[in-house]
Amino acid sequence: MTVLRLSSITKRFGPLVANDAISLDLARGEVVALLGENGAGKTTLMNILFGHYVADEGTVEAFGKELPPGDPRAALDAGIGMVHQHFTLADNMTVLENIALGTEPLFAPRFRREAARQKIRKLSADFGLEVHPDSLVSALTVGERQRVEILKALYRDARILILDEPTAVLTPLETDALFATLRKLVAEGLSIIFISHKLNEVMAISDRVIVLRAGKVAGERRTADTDRKALAALMVGQDLVSPPVAPAVTGPALLVMEHVSTPRRGTGIALSDVTLSLHSGEITGVAGVSGNGQAALAGLLSGLETPQSGSMTVQGHGPDGWSPVAALEAGIARIPEDRHAVGAIADMSVMENVISERYRTPRFSKHGFMDWKAARNFAEEIIRDYDVKCPGPDARIRLLSGGNMQKLILGRALDPEPVIILANQPTRGLDVGAIAYVHGRLLEARARGAAVLLISEDLDEILTLADRIVVISGGRLSAPSARGERTVRELGELMAGHAEAAHAP
Amino acid sequence: MRLEPKPAPTLAVTLLYPVAAVAATVVIASLLVLIAGANPFSVFGLVLKGAAGSQFALMETLTRATPLVFTGLAVAVAFRAKLWNIGAEAQLYAGAILTVVLGTGALPLPAIILLPLMAIFAALAGAMLLLGPAVLKVRFGVDEVVTTLLLNFVMILFVSMLLEGVLKDPTGLGWPQSQKLIAEARLPRIVTGRRLHCGFVLALLSAIAVWIVMKKTTLGYEMRAVGHNPEAARFSGMPVNRILLKTALISGGLAALGGFSEVAGLKGNLTLDLSPGFGYSGIVVAMLAMLNPLGVIVAAIFVAGIFVGADAMSRTAGVPSYIANVMVATALLTMVTAIMLTRYQVRWR
Repeated sequence: MTVLRLSSITKRFGPLVANDAISLDLARGEVVALLGENGAGKTTLMNILFGHYVADEGTVEAFGKELPPGDPRAALDAGIGMVHQHFTLADNMTVLENIALGTEPLFAPRFRREAARQKIRKLSADFGLEVHPDSLVSALTVGERQRVEILKALYRDARILILDEPTAVLTPLETDALFATLRKLVAEGLSIIFISHKLNEVMAISDRVIVLRAGKVAGERRTADTDRKALAALMVGQDLVSPPVAPAVTGPALLVMEHVSTPRRGTGIALSDVTLSLHSGEITGVAGVSGNGQAALAGLLSGLETPQSGSMTVQGHGPDGWSPVAALEAGIARIPEDRHAVGAIADMSVMENVISERYRTPRFSKHGFMDWKAARNFAEEIIRDYDVKCPGPDARIRLLSGGNMQKLILGRALDPEPVIILANQPTRGLDVGAIAYVHGRLLEARARGAAVLLISEDLDEILTLADRIVVISGGRLSAPSARGERTVRELGELMAGHAEAAHAP
Repeated sequence: MRLEPKPAPTLAVTLLYPVAAVAATVVIASLLVLIAGANPFSVFGLVLKGAAGSQFALMETLTRATPLVFTGLAVAVAFRAKLWNIGAEAQLYAGAILTVVLGTGALPLPAIILLPLMAIFAALAGAMLLLGPAVLKVRFGVDEVVTTLLLNFVMILFVSMLLEGVLKDPTGLGWPQSQKLIAEARLPRIVTGRRLHCGFVLALLSAIAVWIVMKKTTLGYEMRAVGHNPEAARFSGMPVNRILLKTALISGGLAALGGFSEVAGLKGNLTLDLSPGFGYSGIVVAMLAMLNPLGVIVAAIFVAGIFVGADAMSRTAGVPSYIANVMVATALLTMVTAIMLTRYQVRWR
């Protein structure tokens, strides 16, 4: 039985066709994975389904009834629930209140708190979504917050659940728990659309895979009849070669942190008693679940954060007056986690963005006056050398795709041949082709003797690239392990915060 | 109704927006003219004639535009860095106060030295006045919209206090006004017999200077970067707070030069009605100019033309000159709407 049918959905944004005649059917009790690179049109399609956007052409049908376009209320009423990538919970309210929010009149005398609590308890128990109804959302872990989001949809009697990149913020263990929940839901007759670009997860959970590429359906496969390689090829439209990783030629330590702690900032996790050294010619991978102190570690290397105690030396020098400028002068290249909010100034041009870290040098300015000609030449150089697809140096960086923006940031960071490279989530949200490119560049830098600190939530990425792996959890670092020394399971336990007797110092 | 982001428009389309905003303003104002019982075509004809119909009218318009160029530049510079300076009115008065303090005989110097000195100190006064809110903003996160706006009222009362007290003209028959400037402290007229004074030239030069700063210097680059994305600017190693403070100094100084120019060029003394809201109109001017310093000149002349033309029109057509205030306020709203439309597509369903 078909519960959901999208018929030739087309959506244009100006000259860009985000969705080109996409059709999709979802049967009762089925998990369909929507697989595609970033910018392939997955999110746009789901926004149309959910009524956030209005399609230019095509219709959405749920349970045999056509949904009026552009009406999220109608989608909710038809039993469609969505769990967004970025949670939409009110931090200062309880789980119960969040779930009831928008469903029940919160402060009306008729809001039966106890009945709601019972219903939530039952849903939690039935589907393994353990979370206390009266906890404040601000006190929950990321995994628990996601459970609240799913409960919210189930509370509204959703029969179709859309999950947008649900595993991006989860530990391997939490991912397993999520998959168990999803299987229970499917057994109850719910249907699920699972949006992802992680192939192994798609293989693990879905019955059917629909691959989107450049706004079109590139292919549809039964999961049982396909494999990761075939899906990857469909995603990018070509076969992929992952770069061979040569053995590391480890040199001297270029950056040494000893017992470093950073000050607490708001709700963020600070570093506590971190000892780490980065060696020339080596990639050090920091594995961990998002929000365990990665931001503080990256901030420290970027110069945005200063050590509160402990010592940090960069090529033998102490961090006196540590700042972003000092970090740049010490030869640290920074690839920030959030390229839109931190890495680039979206409304400024490519040219203005590539010089942002070096505009004060004599190459780009003299006596307080900019040398825009030099900036333009430099931008053209980066565009050429880093294979950035863009209309030219004057194009606003906002118009670039994620991959091209990242190549530009990579060019800006790596062009001065830095000795230390901080790469924080350098491939998050990128398509497979761009990921391979970024990896290649990082390995290239390693080969010429740079020390690379790779912070990533993608364990596969760490396992592929890192010569040494440390795990960050609760602001503390585990002891390092060489490539292949710890199993994925051991790393996963460390990520979940279980200390490891054998490796403890 | 919903808004969807759309790609950046071309330059030609971008230039169309202020034109469309002005056209919409005229249409809306026409309705009010109809309500007032007059013919919109003849009324706007009279406004145009009053603003630019003769050499005299044109010179009046340019005279009126002079302080608007200064306040418009002050707002444009600050808004570029997303420093929301709503206090150009107060900074203008700060400049005016320093102008009278130095220009009424305290410094017996020749004009060639005295005038630049007055201008510099006037600008410093305005700069210092905006520095306060800017420091509070970068230090403690105090919203500068509130502080700069409220300082306008503080400043008006302060001027009132001065005019009733230390600055009061003893020969002023009890009116709250300052002494007249000495002859050396007056900006010369551009054409004898007309009110247009050298302050207008200073305004044009300031606009060009600001344009050069914004386009060609590292400071202008930094200010734009901070305005667009302070987090990315900080990450890139820009001293964001220091840039905001520098922006405040420039913005406050420009507004204060408007006060200097009005007193030294036009009025000759300080009164409580020195500015009929030049500081606030400066916001309209800056928005119409889309924060472009050279565009500020055009926008200031346009806004001044509405005021001057409406004055002339009301004498003949009987429609109150307040229509000018309505038009300027409407122009701000239509322009803000137009700017939003450059970025978003409106979908009706």
